Amino acid sequence: MTATVPPKRPGRRRFMAGGGALTLSFALPLRAAGAADAGALPGSLAREPWLDAWIRVGADNRVTVFTGKVELGQGIKTALLQVAAHELQIDPGRLVLETADTARSPDEGYTAGSHSMQDSATAIRHAAAQVRALLLDKAATRLQVPAATLAQDNSVFRTPDGRRVSFSELVAGSEQHVRATGALPPRSANARRYIGVTLPRVDIPGKLKGHVAYVQDLRLPAMMHGRVVRPPSPGARLLGVDKAAVARLPGVLEIVQDGRFLAVIADEEYRAVKAARALARAARWDVPAVLPAGRDVAALVRSLPSQSQVVLAQGKPGAPGKMHRASYTRPFQLHASIGPSCAIALLDEGRYTVWTHSQGVFPLRAALAELLGAPEEAVRCIHAEGSGCYGHNGADDVAADAVLMARAFPGLPIRVQWMREDEHAWEPFGPAMAADVQATLDVTGAIVDWQYEVWSQPHNTRPGKAGNLLAATLLAKPFIPPAPKPIPQPQGSGDRNAIPYYVLPNARVTHRFQPAGPFRTSALRSLGAYCNVFAIESFMDELARLAKADPVAFRLRHLVDPRAIEVVKLAAARFGWDGYKRSARRGRGFAFARYKNLAAYCAVALEVEVALDTGVVRIVRADAAVDCGEVVSPDGVRNQIEGGIVQSASWTLLEQVRFDAGQVLSQDWAGYPILRFNGVPERVSVHLLDRPGQPFLGTGEAAQGPAAAAIANAVMDACGARVRDLPLDRARLRRLAT
Amino acid sequence: MSKFTLQVNGKPHTVDVDADTPLLYVLRNDLKLNGAKFGCGLGQCGSCTVMLDKQPVMSCLLPVSMVGTRAVRTVESGGTRWVPAVVLQQAFVDEQAAQCGYCIAGMIMRATALFEQEASPTDAQIKAWMQPNLCRCGTHLRILRAVRRAADVLKAQPIRNY
Repeated sequence: MTATVPPKRPGRRRFMAGGGALTLSFALPLRAAGAADAGALPGSLAREPWLDAWIRVGADNRVTVFTGKVELGQGIKTALLQVAAHELQIDPGRLVLETADTARSPDEGYTAGSHSMQDSATAIRHAAAQVRALLLDKAATRLQVPAATLAQDNSVFRTPDGRRVSFSELVAGSEQHVRATGALPPRSANARRYIGVTLPRVDIPGKLKGHVAYVQDLRLPAMMHGRVVRPPSPGARLLGVDKAAVARLPGVLEIVQDGRFLAVIADEEYRAVKAARALARAARWDVPAVLPAGRDVAALVRSLPSQSQVVLAQGKPGAPGKMHRASYTRPFQLHASIGPSCAIALLDEGRYTVWTHSQGVFPLRAALAELLGAPEEAVRCIHAEGSGCYGHNGADDVAADAVLMARAFPGLPIRVQWMREDEHAWEPFGPAMAADVQATLDVTGAIVDWQYEVWSQPHNTRPGKAGNLLAATLLAKPFIPPAPKPIPQPQGSGDRNAIPYYVLPNARVTHRFQPAGPFRTSALRSLGAYCNVFAIESFMDELARLAKADPVAFRLRHLVDPRAIEVVKLAAARFGWDGYKRSARRGRGFAFARYKNLAAYCAVALEVEVALDTGVVRIVRADAAVDCGEVVSPDGVRNQIEGGIVQSASWTLLEQVRFDAGQVLSQDWAGYPILRFNGVPERVSVHLLDRPGQPFLGTGEAAQGPAAAAIANAVMDACGARVRDLPLDRARLRRLAT
Repeated sequence: MSKFTLQVNGKPHTVDVDADTPLLYVLRNDLKLNGAKFGCGLGQCGSCTVMLDKQPVMSCLLPVSMVGTRAVRTVESGGTRWVPAVVLQQAFVDEQAAQCGYCIAGMIMRATALFEQEASPTDAQIKAWMQPNLCRCGTHLRILRAVRRAADVLKAQPIRNY
């Protein structure tokens, strides 16, 4: 990561002309021409079909790989390097990887939805393979030998008699337009030297040693510090603010006010913190008591206006048999990143440069340009890592805060970091949801009717438009947030995974999309899948009990996809499901889902111990089985699934946003407790089903839903209490158990 | 502004800052040390953990004027006489014990302080000791394994058997 101030006019692909770097010069792609007819190409090649957008060879013979995705702590940089190394047949340690930067990288939209392996790794894989094939061909011509006789030492080809030609020699002086073909050259099956094996994460050593690793660590020359002062609640009205006293505090350079947007800029960071506190005290607000405090989640969610959308209708309802119904809820929950959101912005000679941990630098650029009334070309967004975000947190919003401050104080970079309460109270929440399920079992215990309705507020209010940026909505002339839209199936948003992966002859699934709620809501890892899988897989357990069937056997009976069946059987076997002996206070639970019904398969079996007197649920051990297609980094997948299970355990056992009529009360870790070391399972084991040759399927969001339902099912098994409302916290469990 | 001379990572550093500035800001902004991170500013998450003599402290709460002559150690220090940083860092690499990694420098400093006080901690002692530090990615089990691994490596070093 570099912390230098960029040149004055950073144009897209300026490196093509400068720096002495040769590239495999497939010329500058015209974006519009590329997008027009690239539909059939795999992964993100469909958006960016020109090879040089992905792979370039420098004059120093160093190969650089570009991605429009970003590192969020999921290890994507390492996995992408592995894929590139595999296809280029170059040691990954010799490759350079550059991530999203609106001036340099391909536009791959957001790093979200467990899509980076499908989108970017697939694109890089195909581009790298094609680049290597082209170079091999050129080398064979240059050296006048058949290509098949050439050996390769990283970025050098070698003839049997020892003549050599480097990648950079092969591209020097060449000018050609090469589009991706989307075809992979045939490779021998034993060539998986760099994928399917664990390469240690490339980003971890620097993080352990305190190197500059995060946007929070960037120090630009003459950098100043900004802090924001938020209203006490979204609907609060600013009555007045006495800025004069704050302006006189030591080090205060500027007080920025535009409507309800308040911020301070100071020469030292802690002076900015103190000035912001003083400014907060100097502001007088009218806080309306409009939040739906004290209402339970189900009543609250059902009271919101909704747009009904049938996402599955097959067979006909009303088959006879034993009917069962239940309702499930999840509360508002937080991303709650450990490191508060941060950005650095610089306005210099009419151009903005923004260092940001946004998941989507291109959509953020569009939104910032609209906010600033500037052309997009005048805004450059460079990704720098932040703390794990787990979805749409404050990353984009703090970038907006920073550019507003940079506009008010041009010429010097302004670093803005949110305080803990800014992050907790103002990040977009994961929406509260409710799901109603009704099903009928025939005399054999098969599901013959399934009716499902899920109620949810928006899961996708990411920028693209200025109105999606928090600060923009606080200005004197506010930008109005665009009307949120549900993400259509098969991805879905509130209805993500609302369609069961089971064979159901008669089924109807309805998504009640609620455009507005009491809080701003957006994407929290796995979106609606967390609640839908919790509901469906809890209900499958209830049905299995009704059918007097083993929960695993009951699921297998309703599955047909052989990969799903294998995952379920593997998790059950490794857990020791069949031979399980229940000890006092303990129980076992099982759950399965295929993320979005089209991505990774994940089954979780786990054991809990329930202390009824205290209401404390402890996860003793968990076994997860995963099929994510061809595995690039086995340990990367394990890390994602382990983390997914532990994070989901935290959501499921502890987490809900608390608020009163006036404001959000969950403003720190005391008001929003999350799992600590004393609450983690003794053991989590992840068992992989590698599928060489199958498409890559991301795993960042595969485990959250199954883990939640497996916990609820295990609690039921342990103590007979069926928890249908999250979180499954001590107070609720004690109530249910007595 | 006032001048303070701090002993940080074995060397004296004189800084000219407001007396109420928390140590964290001085380490990050004046001494340009990245290891200790701002997480909450409330002493609730441990991202800012550094060592003050042999104790782990949350540097976001400690005013620089209160540090005095006590030795401040950050993850950049190379560790202590008995607990070289490289042992912990290698253990975290071996266990791939990070996702986003934002909490990790704080975890390493807290663990270093444990080993300063307890040469052979049990698993239960490690878990209890690490309790003040939060991880949001769910990497807890790997962190515990890394601390265990480091403890075992340190125990095997003859210098510990004094």
